[in-house]
Amino acid sequence: MARKLLLEHINVPGINTLDVYRQKGGYRAVEKALKTLTPDEVVEEVKKSGLRGRGGAGFPTGMKWSFLAKPEGVARYLVCNADESEPGTFKDRYLMTYIPHALIEGMIVASYALGAKTSYIYVRGEMMPQIRILERAIAEAKAAGFLGKNILGSGYDLELYVQPGGGAYICGEETALLESLEGKRGNPRIKPPFPAIAGLYGCPTVVNNVESIAAVVPIINEGGDEYTKIGIGRSTGTKLISASGNLVRPGVYEIELGLPVEEFIYSDEYCGGIANGKRLKATVAGGSSVPVLPANLTLKLANGEPRLMSYESLSEGGFATGTMMGSGGFIAFDEDQCIVRNTWNFSRFYHHESCGQCSPCREGTGWMEKVLHRLEHGHGKMSDIDLLVDVSRKIEGNTICPLGDAAAWPVASAIRHFRDEFEWHVREPLKSQETNYGIAKYAEPIAKAEVTTDN
Amino acid sequence: MLKVEEQQPVEFSPALITKFDEISNRYPEGKQKSALLPVLHEVQAELGWLSARAMDKVAEYLKIEPIEVYEVASFYSMYFLKPQGKYMLEVCRTGPCCLVGAEKLMDHIEETLGVKEGEVTADGLFSWRGVECLAACGFGPVLQIGPEYTFYENLDEQKVDTLIADLRNK
Repeated sequence: MARKLLLEHINVPGINTLDVYRQKGGYRAVEKALKTLTPDEVVEEVKKSGLRGRGGAGFPTGMKWSFLAKPEGVARYLVCNADESEPGTFKDRYLMTYIPHALIEGMIVASYALGAKTSYIYVRGEMMPQIRILERAIAEAKAAGFLGKNILGSGYDLELYVQPGGGAYICGEETALLESLEGKRGNPRIKPPFPAIAGLYGCPTVVNNVESIAAVVPIINEGGDEYTKIGIGRSTGTKLISASGNLVRPGVYEIELGLPVEEFIYSDEYCGGIANGKRLKATVAGGSSVPVLPANLTLKLANGEPRLMSYESLSEGGFATGTMMGSGGFIAFDEDQCIVRNTWNFSRFYHHESCGQCSPCREGTGWMEKVLHRLEHGHGKMSDIDLLVDVSRKIEGNTICPLGDAAAWPVASAIRHFRDEFEWHVREPLKSQETNYGIAKYAEPIAKAEVTTDN
Repeated sequence: MLKVEEQQPVEFSPALITKFDEISNRYPEGKQKSALLPVLHEVQAELGWLSARAMDKVAEYLKIEPIEVYEVASFYSMYFLKPQGKYMLEVCRTGPCCLVGAEKLMDHIEETLGVKEGEVTADGLFSWRGVECLAACGFGPVLQIGPEYTFYENLDEQKVDTLIADLRNK
């Protein structure tokens, strides 16, 4: 059995309460950090651990913390990004629902490390039940002396608040989140300045994902070096993977980074294979924004070696034959699913969620949705396929925030790997309304010569 | 029949004002505009939607311009700028849920309630709409109902029928 650092006690009855959480060793990290470590030593442990941001970007958390400006007399803030909305991703909601104190404890340790006296957990507004759960957990922690004035006699004061969002995917982008927390529309800010210099209310701010904050707890308990013993290479530790789509057992799994993708999909310890005895056609390995891969490139690298669940292995081959770890939202498509339809669905999502600030994204996502709609509904032209590639290229890299890239990549990658399925929709407009293209050659071992690097 | 008079003056209850005060205290002095999103959620939970009158009152309370409230309320998808049914069924319509039957479920809800997306049933009880990813992809299809955002997972047509019947008899 793989080691579990975050979900080890998930099935313990009452683990959502402070008492049971403490019986299972909870709040040891707060005691250790506040009583025996300086803030800089906490940052150092996290740096040593090699923990990479679990929200999607994969930037080393300890390094992000060390960039925080510390001017005299200016407040510093820690804001937890719990605006989980990346299609395919549902790990943070799961963690907050069942082990809220793991996040609260991580917030206290991280706030101490950064010298924040007030911290916020920005939770997407639709997660009202989770907001109530967190508020209850905060009240419990406060009553037990883990929050408030002079925590555990250390002289350190911290207030922790939950802030609801209003329903906007864009607020998962850290500067849009800060705008939203200031009571404004979620329009991403131009960087620099980065939040580490000028974030919430213009003050130095760190924004971290729920899972990154929760991972700080085992790192402080066991030490950063111990954390690096799990995982592979620069992908240290464990990662929560949200598995969805046509799987026997979808759900949230904690894996040791480096697990072979094939084992994750087919072993009984994890997803248990493809549902209803069908075959795997494609996957989106890291949330809707990352490139979609056919089954063959999901399981194996272009050179035939097994692909692993790690930041490096998932992105091996670049966008020509690889994808990204992203937020760990693993979506499996069986042989009956239509790639064109799913790409249209995702495009509609990005069009709906574009904040409208940058014209390439505002206009481009709308056009991609329209063109994909007509392809999917039997009114497409052969030239539409290259038109989509062209539009996607004009969005990518030309916007203030990464939503533009996130909208462009699923479309570009779908055409890169499934062009014949798109062409079939144009050639067989009537047939494509009644039946699907099927698995075709997408699960067959790939010949190196077939790997193209265009688009 | 649901009737809300746009011109009717809006009064916030003392309990609601207490709640606003508590929310405003979470932010540093002078940064009370941060309370806007949570305050709008409270108002919508009490009134069912956000009328211009209600938003003006929120602006007055937070000492900001009304436009600052309108631009926020119209940006975020959770705020209703017109009256909805008492129960708004919000079904996730994004990719992973569609892989496990969300589109068929929305067709079924439309047929069962007899109203199109965004419309209100004649008895004022129900509205429905498709919404984007609700972060429960492994448990789809899913739907939520405000203002508490009660969450229903692993849905099928039969479960939705039971849910609608239960809400009708409530």
